[in-house]
Amino acid sequence: MSSIDQVFAELRDAGRKAFIPFVTAGDPSLDVTAAVLKELSSRGGNVCELGIPYSDPIADGPVIQASYTRALDRKIKLSQILEMASKTTPQMTAPLVTMVSYAIILRHGPEEYLRTAKAAGVAGAIVPDLLVEESGDFAKLCQQHDFSLIQLVTPTTSRERAMRIAETSTGFIYYVSVAGITGERTEMPKDLLENVSWLRSQTKVPICIGFGVSQPEHVRTLKKVADGVIVGSAIVRRLSEIGAKPEAQVIAEVGDYAETLIAALNE
Amino acid sequence: MIASFSRTPSYRLYPRKVRMNPASESLGPASANVPDQAGRYGPFGGRYVPETLTRALDELTVEYAKAKADPAFQAELDLLLQDFVGRPSPFYHAKRLSEKCGGAQIWLKREDVNHTGAHKINNTLGQALLTIRMGKQRVIAETGAGQHGVATATACAHFGIPCVIYMGEEDIRRQAPNVFSMKLLGAEVRPVTTGSRTLRDAINEAMRDWMSSVETTHYILGSVVGPHPFPQIVRDFQAVIGTEARVQSLARFGRLPDSVVACVGGGSNAAGMFYPFIEDTGVELVGVEAGGRSDDAGDHASPLSFGSPGVLHGSYSFVMQDEDGQTCDVHSVSAGLDYPGVGPEHSYWKATGRVRYTNCKDNDALDAFDALASCEGILPALESSHAIAAGMKVAAEKPADQIVVVCLSGRGDKDAAEIARLKEERQ
Repeated sequence: MSSIDQVFAELRDAGRKAFIPFVTAGDPSLDVTAAVLKELSSRGGNVCELGIPYSDPIADGPVIQASYTRALDRKIKLSQILEMASKTTPQMTAPLVTMVSYAIILRHGPEEYLRTAKAAGVAGAIVPDLLVEESGDFAKLCQQHDFSLIQLVTPTTSRERAMRIAETSTGFIYYVSVAGITGERTEMPKDLLENVSWLRSQTKVPICIGFGVSQPEHVRTLKKVADGVIVGSAIVRRLSEIGAKPEAQVIAEVGDYAETLIAALNE
Repeated sequence: MIASFSRTPSYRLYPRKVRMNPASESLGPASANVPDQAGRYGPFGGRYVPETLTRALDELTVEYAKAKADPAFQAELDLLLQDFVGRPSPFYHAKRLSEKCGGAQIWLKREDVNHTGAHKINNTLGQALLTIRMGKQRVIAETGAGQHGVATATACAHFGIPCVIYMGEEDIRRQAPNVFSMKLLGAEVRPVTTGSRTLRDAINEAMRDWMSSVETTHYILGSVVGPHPFPQIVRDFQAVIGTEARVQSLARFGRLPDSVVACVGGGSNAAGMFYPFIEDTGVELVGVEAGGRSDDAGDHASPLSFGSPGVLHGSYSFVMQDEDGQTCDVHSVSAGLDYPGVGPEHSYWKATGRVRYTNCKDNDALDAFDALASCEGILPALESSHAIAAGMKVAAEKPADQIVVVCLSGRGDKDAAEIARLKEERQ
């Protein structure tokens, strides 16, 4: 049983839902990233998602894309990110997963990537550009390394295909709320709840919903059908205020924001 | 006597050896029967895109297979290519240019005289017909030099489909006449201000648009790049170039040419030119990448010469990436070649050894532009000038009874102002 499986088993027993915050590695600096990850874990984040900056992230909206560009402008390298992770994960209760393009995994070599990420205490990966058809070999490797491979289901995924994705996804299933890119939205699509409930009835793998989730109201709606929610752009946008505002204040604000959503999730 | 410049190539004719993916080392001779069901050309190609796009790509694959097998679709496209584009495009003996080189006879496949001034229209009309077949109501496209943008805007105006063209800010500056044309044709041109503000970023933005609009919108990708089935669709629509050149060669000479030369950015004109000759192993095929200012990383746009296989824009192919998998900035004087990746079928042809890939420096391309202008009265596009430069070198090394066909993929009117500026800079 992986550390992510354990988190969801405990949450289920307690009748609670998972809060999964996303932060970009190295924006504005790896020290801040480490501090934010610790803050989010101590404030009740159940799994933390670490975005590995990529030069051509086509699934990401302007907020996350801009944060990747800022991090890459500082010449951030995967080795530095994993070094930060290895120092930070021992101080976190929440398992850490990386959101990483297959371009990066392939360049390092899938085995090498898994070995170094695992050694840094990383529990799994979300690979947004690795489709289920192409993921066979990598999924096998992940299994050998007891590394969760969290696959994505979207509103354009057929039910038949969603079943296939659910069968190969480990840790949890990342349910993308909208056909589109990441970013805060005011409303959730209408048929989302129905589609997630259907998938919920077909698989034992936990389902967490992301893309556009930013407000307590979203969380109250989504918790009816999902096992957790993923919040990215709203956190990354807040962190981009560092500089204009003192670092410690912004980090505390991000923590407060997370607590608000966690409270709504477990009302 | 063979002209002296042929003996001292100022660019690398034989690219240095690259580290290949082990899977590709066992490839046999190049086959024309690619891609496979998964969109693979040997180990290259495939689909590396967000899940959201899968349904549209599957739908496109199925619809394209139906269209390809439908004689009515093919007839409609052929008629458009004849009456609207002006095909078949001429096959022209560049006599004075050949004399200047002192070697083989140079023949030009005149894609520059197509309607809209380049080969791009062959693909956009085909994909616009597919858009209508699929019942989609809106088109998006990316453009680098603006030729694909103009060709898309033209096809959409022809069929009355609303269209949005994504174009990098840097390219908008370099290719102003094309931007104006697109607007006149009723397209909305959206400037892309992210990253290097060139073709690569325009593709990213078009993909992002498509992520949110996929139910109603078709993405007319302009080159043989991207996720399956785009590289195949674009190659097939462009194969009319090579098919005609093959027929024209047989009609004129009673035989196939000795060499065929084309420039390679993403690689659509080259793919269309080479594909019908792939199994004619006696015909030498030469692809010419943008050699830029120098062989140093960042100074050129030659992934086949200097890059290695990796993932970019949805397929596995040669790419300019750093050791972390981040896409490198590249440079070319020509906006249409200023791209860090290349179509997966070119990687396959390189790996099988079927096509020889070389590159041509900015300055050599500008010299070739002058040569074609002064010897033949033709202003080539800066992209095509790279092919002309390499074609002149190939011809110079061959006897006078041999035939070198160069794909003149586009005309240079769009480049006139930029060339004037560059000439001032050089002085």
